[in-house]
Amino acid sequence: MDFKNRDIISINDFSKEELLHILKVVRQTEQKPKANLLKGKILAALFFEPSTRTRLSFISAMEQLSGTVIGFSTANVTSIQKGESLWDTIKMTGQYADVIVIRHPLEGSARLAAEAASIPVINGGDGSNQHPTQTMLDLYTIQKTKGKLEDLHIGFVGDLKYGRTVHSLVIALSHFSPTFYFIAPDELQIPESYLDELFQKKVKYHKTSDLARFSKELDVLYVTRIQKERFPDPLEYEKFKGIYRIDESFLQNVKKDLKIMHPLPRVDEIDKSVDSTPHAAYFEQAANGIPVRKALLALVLGKVK
Amino acid sequence: MHRKFNKFSREKKSSRKKEKIKAKKITIAPREETKRELKISAIDEGTVIDHIPTDATFKVVEILDLENHKGIVSIATNLQSKRLGKKGIVKVGGKSLTQDEVNKIAIVAPDATVNIIKNYGVREKIKVKTPDVIENVVKCSNPVCITNHEQIATKFYVVKKDPLKIKCHYCERSMGKEDIKII
Repeated sequence: MDFKNRDIISINDFSKEELLHILKVVRQTEQKPKANLLKGKILAALFFEPSTRTRLSFISAMEQLSGTVIGFSTANVTSIQKGESLWDTIKMTGQYADVIVIRHPLEGSARLAAEAASIPVINGGDGSNQHPTQTMLDLYTIQKTKGKLEDLHIGFVGDLKYGRTVHSLVIALSHFSPTFYFIAPDELQIPESYLDELFQKKVKYHKTSDLARFSKELDVLYVTRIQKERFPDPLEYEKFKGIYRIDESFLQNVKKDLKIMHPLPRVDEIDKSVDSTPHAAYFEQAANGIPVRKALLALVLGKVK
Repeated sequence: MHRKFNKFSREKKSSRKKEKIKAKKITIAPREETKRELKISAIDEGTVIDHIPTDATFKVVEILDLENHKGIVSIATNLQSKRLGKKGIVKVGGKSLTQDEVNKIAIVAPDATVNIIKNYGVREKIKVKTPDVIENVVKCSNPVCITNHEQIATKFYVVKKDPLKIKCHYCERSMGKEDIKII
């Protein structure tokens, strides 16, 4: 399987076999790191909006493989301020680097960037649409902590309406015969379009607003933050803030090997007391961002197959 | 020759007779039938778009930019239709549709028939076909889609033909028929 020059834009662009191949390369990258793999290669990190984990982990991944990084972390310093189009910015950047990672607030911007650039483009998040490297590290974390991806019972709790990590992970996991549990108030439930897709793919799912209802069934619980910035009305946010809380009392009624994941940052969805339990997988999940991004950079630059 | 002449004269006679009957018919036509004539008057040359869902009739007018068309334009809507219940018809004198225009019509009126008219007769009947990919025809309904901020052609994949559901190539949002706006 050759990923050289391939763009990583949307999880929808990847087949089950391709996802499994990427995870295999991630494992190899983690087990046998090659320090000089990307020597002489340049990553353009174009962050048109703020990012902590994604930006830092891409920079770290590139530098750990001896590559160099150019770029910016806010659009204010770019010619976009002077009215330059995204197309022109990317076209120009394509001449200065070997690979681009882009984060942009507008949805579809990464797809446009991939069309403008002659070098591979990796989507680091395009608005509420896609964040495929996050999905791949989520998959990798599940595979690593559970030892498999097939036939798992996976719960999603929190903001399932707007959370792009949930949407992408649901699509990616649907290749692996899962049973899903969508736990959210009606107002923040998973959009119908995703349920239609699951129905077509014959994936089993349950919908509830009660966190305790299926707690004993779960192998993985993926917790998301209720995102304040998504609510036009602050009163609406107050209504849902803190509605679900994972704490020690919740852990009394779960499987012994339940793994709790969270894309971070968390607010108060997961109590700090959970951090020291064997259920907590969220810091490991964040750490997995490095091997996943190393593997993806090496793959699209044609340094590994 | 003689026989032929006779036949000719007979035919002529009978056609004159028919004309007479026809003329008579028009004069005694009931009021309702005259109204029908007015509603869907024939065109000499041009295009007739039939079997348009009633609610899409004016979208077809918009797609073809008929407001600025210099020839005859007849628009009828809420007509009885066995197939659609109610339908619209648009007749455009002196205009042949381009493939691009036919594709655009297919998006709002997937069951429409496009009839090319020459000398008051149907020269060709084209059944519109919803394309698999719609390029630079529809505007993305997602206000934060890059296509609404950058000067680029839009592109949609047809996910479902009936009822129409399309997915933006860029922002990946799905749109139903009700959200479709023509560029």
